Amino acid sequence: MVKTIDEINEKIHKGEAVVVTADEIIDLVREKGVKKAAQEVDVVTTGTFGPMCSSSAYINVGHTSPRIKLGGGRVLLNDVPAYTGIAAVDLLIGATAIPDDDPRNRIHPGEFNYGGGHVIEELVAGNDVRLEATAYGTDCYPKRKLETWINIKDINDAVLFNMRNAYQNYNVAVNLSEKTIYTYMGMLKPNLGNASYSSAGQLSPLMNDPLYKTIGIGTKIFLGGGVGFVAWHGTQHSPNVLRTENGIPRRSAGTLAVIGDLKQMNRRWLVGTSMLGYGCTLAVGIGVPIPILSEEILQYTTVTDNDILAPVVDYSRVYPQMQPDVIDEVSYAQLKSGQITIQGKKVATASLSSYPRAAEIAKTLKEWIINGEFLLTGPVAPLPGIESGITFKPLKERPIED
Amino acid sequence: MAVSKRIVLRFPGRLVDRPIVSRLVRDYNLDFNILKASVTPEEEGLLVLELSGKQSDYDKGIRYLTETGVRIQALSQDVTRNEERCTHCGACLTICPAGAFEREPQTLRVNFDNDKCLACGLCIKTCPPRAMELHF
Repeated sequence: MVKTIDEINEKIHKGEAVVVTADEIIDLVREKGVKKAAQEVDVVTTGTFGPMCSSSAYINVGHTSPRIKLGGGRVLLNDVPAYTGIAAVDLLIGATAIPDDDPRNRIHPGEFNYGGGHVIEELVAGNDVRLEATAYGTDCYPKRKLETWINIKDINDAVLFNMRNAYQNYNVAVNLSEKTIYTYMGMLKPNLGNASYSSAGQLSPLMNDPLYKTIGIGTKIFLGGGVGFVAWHGTQHSPNVLRTENGIPRRSAGTLAVIGDLKQMNRRWLVGTSMLGYGCTLAVGIGVPIPILSEEILQYTTVTDNDILAPVVDYSRVYPQMQPDVIDEVSYAQLKSGQITIQGKKVATASLSSYPRAAEIAKTLKEWIINGEFLLTGPVAPLPGIESGITFKPLKERPIED
Repeated sequence: MAVSKRIVLRFPGRLVDRPIVSRLVRDYNLDFNILKASVTPEEEGLLVLELSGKQSDYDKGIRYLTETGVRIQALSQDVTRNEERCTHCGACLTICPAGAFEREPQTLRVNFDNDKCLACGLCIKTCPPRAMELHF
């Protein structure tokens, strides 16, 4: 049995496509077997929703009269600095940017109540955002100072562009030290006081296509409540990690760079978040449809939380010191049960990504496809796979000598 | 009948330096456990107590506090969850010392039971979307 994306789109068009979520496919295949299910099912939808720091939005605010060259100048959006090292009125606001006067960790743990992720959420929500800028002035761009409200509905472009999202598997963070630590994986209590994880497991996009057989550059996706695309493989994309015999990565592996029009997204799926003692970020909702082109592709989507193992890492010493040690491996089924056993100790687990929201994304995308509102695209180029030889390298520091 | 209730007491400036809570023990046979205490710059005192004893003593004690001019509020109303901001991630689950958050096993949605809440405030700053709010 081999299907093409065109054939699936034809069925979506006619309202005949059979679409199920990555949760639903598990029971369906148990009941009917791979062969029959692969004939019946056309698309499996996935979803993930969690804090993803390599997220940003770029905007073009339009020209003032007289003109101002924000490029190379300084711009604040609701006091949060935006990147201006591009053309005159293009700006980029990153999820982790924070106001210059934020106290950061001067009183530890800092609260990080407002940053770039929150600015992106406010833009999406249609709230007015305060833009303050200073520029150096040129013959063709004489204006040097600008203070104005901007709103997403008035500006020329607002594009969400995230250079690394949807991590394929992730660390489970614990703290082996004797004091509480505050990390991007949340507050970790001493002596294995708790454990944090951050993946949708069996619903996670790249877990359902572990060898990148259907997801590639140009794949149309659910992004932030609207439609987006896979733009590239994400930064730190690292296909060559330890995998199970079914190809499921046992360490953080593949990532996606994604892009989409911010103007059609929704704040429910782009939520500014604050990590105590760490910083600001943006929780992003992503859903990827997997076209069931063959039995092999269907088989990958039947992955369950029992099949996916995550490495348990000490964030008090091993992670900050870039040491390779992994304490143990646990399955997402164990993690989602609320308790794991590490070094003989029962440890309560908590998630930073939201499974209920991930499930809602998979369900929403399913409905879009069933209703004929969302057609699938094939990749225009594949993501680098194991054969690419790409690995995730540390920075080799070289002393600078005069 | 024995009762144990968590309450928020607000002391106006004129009462801040008077020994009021000690009378609950001495004259009304009540036990107390201080969950939070603060005096604001405007000199208003705030005390979150777990108060326990016989129902009749408890009622008398509360009447005494009210007559003295202390304002009383039930604690459970004070920590609330902003349902629009909560994403049900569950970061709060292992932070709360009182076990006031629980996952529904099927949907993995997170429920907040403010009867169990001690109003310690730990969830307020550790909630990533800042959905937990403390109103004193």
